[in-house]
Amino acid sequence: MKIYGVAILAACFLAGQLIGAVLGFWMDIPGNMGGVAFAMFFLIMLNEQIRKQGYFQAETENGIMFWNAMYIPIVVAMSATQNVKAALSGGWVAIVVGVLATGFCLLLVPLVSKIGASKELTDPTDTTV
Amino acid sequence: MNLIQKVISANDFIFAFLTVGVIMYVSYWLSKNITNRKIPGAAIAIVAGLALAALGGEKGIANIPIFSGMALLGGAMMRDFSVVATAMGANYTEIKKAGLAGIISLLIGVFVAFFVGGTIGYTMGYTAVQDFTTIGAGACSFIVGPITGSAIGAGSDVIAISIAIGVVKSIMITIGTPIIAKQIGLDNPHAAMVFGGLIGTTSGVAAGLAATDPKLVPYGALTATFYTGIGALLCPTVFYFIVQSIL
Repeated sequence: MKIYGVAILAACFLAGQLIGAVLGFWMDIPGNMGGVAFAMFFLIMLNEQIRKQGYFQAETENGIMFWNAMYIPIVVAMSATQNVKAALSGGWVAIVVGVLATGFCLLLVPLVSKIGASKELTDPTDTTV
Repeated sequence: MNLIQKVISANDFIFAFLTVGVIMYVSYWLSKNITNRKIPGAAIAIVAGLALAALGGEKGIANIPIFSGMALLGGAMMRDFSVVATAMGANYTEIKKAGLAGIISLLIGVFVAFFVGGTIGYTMGYTAVQDFTTIGAGACSFIVGPITGSAIGAGSDVIAISIAIGVVKSIMITIGTPIIAKQIGLDNPHAAMVFGGLIGTTSGVAAGLAATDPKLVPYGALTATFYTGIGALLCPTVFYFIVQSIL
């Protein structure tokens, strides 16, 4: 049943959020530290595990895939609820700082990608957790 | 007319599905028939969303009563839930391989955004330690900015600017990512994880990657989700002390 998939997704999501909240609490940060990432790890692990045993039912998987497919529509709704007025009303300082600082970080993407990529064949030891 | 409004207001979340469905349909139609698929439908839809948001206020179009359901559909809960669902398409070995680069990119990303942002603010007249720190934190994301500003006692005007900086960043990433993706080599999981770590702002990364290539979304989201936490950890503490000792 599809609801099984949705329930599995919900369980992973909540477990991840809980870990993120605990980490945030320990580090004294208002909010959540990587909750989404932990949830994704749980789902990836569970997926591999179940696949190995070979009985992830198609219908169960469809329950997760529905929310996977809803991702872009949800992002469109998110864009439509951004505080665009604040971005425009912050004046020149906001626009200049925002654009330049962001542009600078974008330029670093190919550089940092290289650093990691040269190591990836010889040093596969680290994970993000 | 009144009755229609009443029905929609009572079912605002459902109406949001219809609204987004219409936006998606029109955007994909435009993508196919006007741009010959050169601009992805998702990118058009996201920019259309931003344009609609300008019609509203603090909550974008959700400030208009009949569109209030958009705030729930596009809120953090639904966003994160669907982002986690994208992990079904993610490859664990790819993540493992890019893990180290991901961590490095997070630290570099927060550091560079903070000091470049703060320095530009400094040259534009925001020379106080609190102002430098808050504006630098805003260049990380629109969540890190106000967290930092209130933690170190910055003025509300500077905090407002820091939020605006973060929103400018998010919008720029949303619109700019698909345009420059090729130039910065953003076409594989490894680069997507680095991208998520360097840029951070989850809404921008999520939307920017969705418009570029939806397959890359889980990888970018994986690192981006740590960014706000790290920014909120470093900006009001370590970075603040560094700024204090320099200025």
